[in-house]
Amino acid sequence: MALNLFEDKGCPLEKQRFTWKELVQPPISKLDDDAFTRVRVILMNGIEMEAIRFSHGCARMNKELQLPLAQLRIVEQHQATMVNGLIGADHSMLETTIGYEQVAIEVTAVVAQNEPDPYLAQVYRFGMLEDFDHLYRYSAMLDRLEGKDANNITQCYTDIVPGRPTVIEHRAPQDNLREHYDRSRAAPITKLNALTIMSAEQQTQNFYLNVAPLYADPVVRQLYVEIASIEEQHVTQYESIIDPHETWLEKWLLHEANEVYNYYGCVQQESNPRIKAIWERCLDYELGHLQVAMNMFKQYERRDPAEVLPGELPEPIKYESQREFVRQVLNQEVDLRALGTQFVDKSQEGEASQQYRAQLNSSGSPTDTVSAGYQWWPGTEIVRGKEMAFKEEYAADTETIR
Amino acid sequence: MEKTTVLGKNRTGIDMSPIDAKEMMALAKITPSSSTGDEQAIAEMRSQYIREAEVIGSIPPPGTLKGMASTAMEKLTGKNPEVFIDKLGCRLAFERAGVRLYDALITKCAASSNGSIVPIERLREFRNEELEHFKLVERAIRSIGADPTAQTPSADVDGMASIGLVQVLTDPRTSVAHCLEAILIAELADNDAWQLLIMLTEKMGMDDMARDFQNALREEDEHLAHIRQWFKQMVMEDAAVVT
Repeated sequence: MALNLFEDKGCPLEKQRFTWKELVQPPISKLDDDAFTRVRVILMNGIEMEAIRFSHGCARMNKELQLPLAQLRIVEQHQATMVNGLIGADHSMLETTIGYEQVAIEVTAVVAQNEPDPYLAQVYRFGMLEDFDHLYRYSAMLDRLEGKDANNITQCYTDIVPGRPTVIEHRAPQDNLREHYDRSRAAPITKLNALTIMSAEQQTQNFYLNVAPLYADPVVRQLYVEIASIEEQHVTQYESIIDPHETWLEKWLLHEANEVYNYYGCVQQESNPRIKAIWERCLDYELGHLQVAMNMFKQYERRDPAEVLPGELPEPIKYESQREFVRQVLNQEVDLRALGTQFVDKSQEGEASQQYRAQLNSSGSPTDTVSAGYQWWPGTEIVRGKEMAFKEEYAADTETIR
Repeated sequence: MEKTTVLGKNRTGIDMSPIDAKEMMALAKITPSSSTGDEQAIAEMRSQYIREAEVIGSIPPPGTLKGMASTAMEKLTGKNPEVFIDKLGCRLAFERAGVRLYDALITKCAASSNGSIVPIERLREFRNEELEHFKLVERAIRSIGADPTAQTPSADVDGMASIGLVQVLTDPRTSVAHCLEAILIAELADNDAWQLLIMLTEKMGMDDMARDFQNALREEDEHLAHIRQWFKQMVMEDAAVVT
């Protein structure tokens, strides 16, 4: 049954309550749950984090909206807490990172195919190939630091090979801005797509910035720092495709609708019944938030929310492997570069990005270092590798010590 | 009896997705890495940082040198007391953390309906002995004029090493056997560390202190033996084989 944003009113805001115990629930199983359950958890945390961030920005610019925003925001805060807590502590930070990159690949690949605007579809494909490369770099690091196989996180849904090499993803700021959709003409799905991917990239950027200093190994720190820099570029790219002429209230409406849209997709496809119940609860709450935002919109803008929102939600994001699509894009578009807001062949790349990158990489690129000669293999590289050379007399020494 | 291992829907490993795995391997095989070399590149970057690194921290000087017992002062003259202070501080921190590890293990066993082969009373005894050892080292540190509340570098590094043990012991999903294995790692390290500390204490000429430490080691020997035995027994029973 499709949801109707104007008829399904969800749980009224005043009835949305949590206890601390509800906010800290048993996590998903890293070993037994489907990788797409983790993908949904990570994505929805990103969506909630953006809801909070947007709400603060909006409150700082709109005195009259501060109270309703604060009333909703504390619920968003608690939803974010509940959702993010579903990642178990048996995930090392690098393993969670692998999950983040799987989100960026699989969800962006679906969005690229759902996007009706061909230019924006190209924007998504461009970003997706960069995140695809990040998965490979982090997989090499996970193997070479912790001796673990990234595919135990991605569960064979996602290939682990180089994409557009991270070392050449660094661009001058002017080459990270894109054309935005037109708020009066863009399809509703276009607006939801942009918010979804921007939210995911933003939480990834924040996560990498927070995680980098938690590692003792300077190699891992450098790796996170280099990729976090690309995530900053991605946030810049994806926020620039959103029409900046949307009013604050229009943006608020779209944020709430996007939360509804994404939770709805989670509810439909979740394989873990306990997690599905969480998605259902959040969906119900978000429908309640949308009601509040619609009332504010009517009150302050004297406009009908139907001018901004579709009655029925577009088809949800499909949570399934996009291997064939990703491979095809990799084959055809790995050599694309950004020049201003457009995409060109690498031979036409501008001076500014080349110079910026040359300076930044002048003492080497951590992403290249960690994956030097790396090819993923089940188990992983040492399964096919050679033993390290050692001298026979060391073995004799060990006998003496014993 | 606790069942640590259950057959289920573990989705890791390539056997869960034989067709997809084959596709992934075929692509990985024909896709070269984008940068040449091997893991030595990581070693080189680490080496550069190691060469440029400063120490993780220093040994705090004794609070007041005049506060140091004169006999202790005499004994330490001509030696490097900072090494001794560092290792004493490390033992103190480990024993204090050990109390908390046992607190978590006791909770795990008490809450687990099947953890019965581990006598909780015995765990409480071990926990209290860790506490006694903490106090013993505290007195020892004071007796040489050092500050037992300071965190020494070895204490800090041991704390880093122990973070995983704390995680295992406090994760509600881990079994009693998982937690016994974590405690076993702690007790093995603890046992070796007491032996080293006793040797160091003797070489520092602190014979009375070394004797006290020997008593602690005897109790630690007992902890180790029991934890090892309970762990072994649980694994064997779980596997339905006789020990």
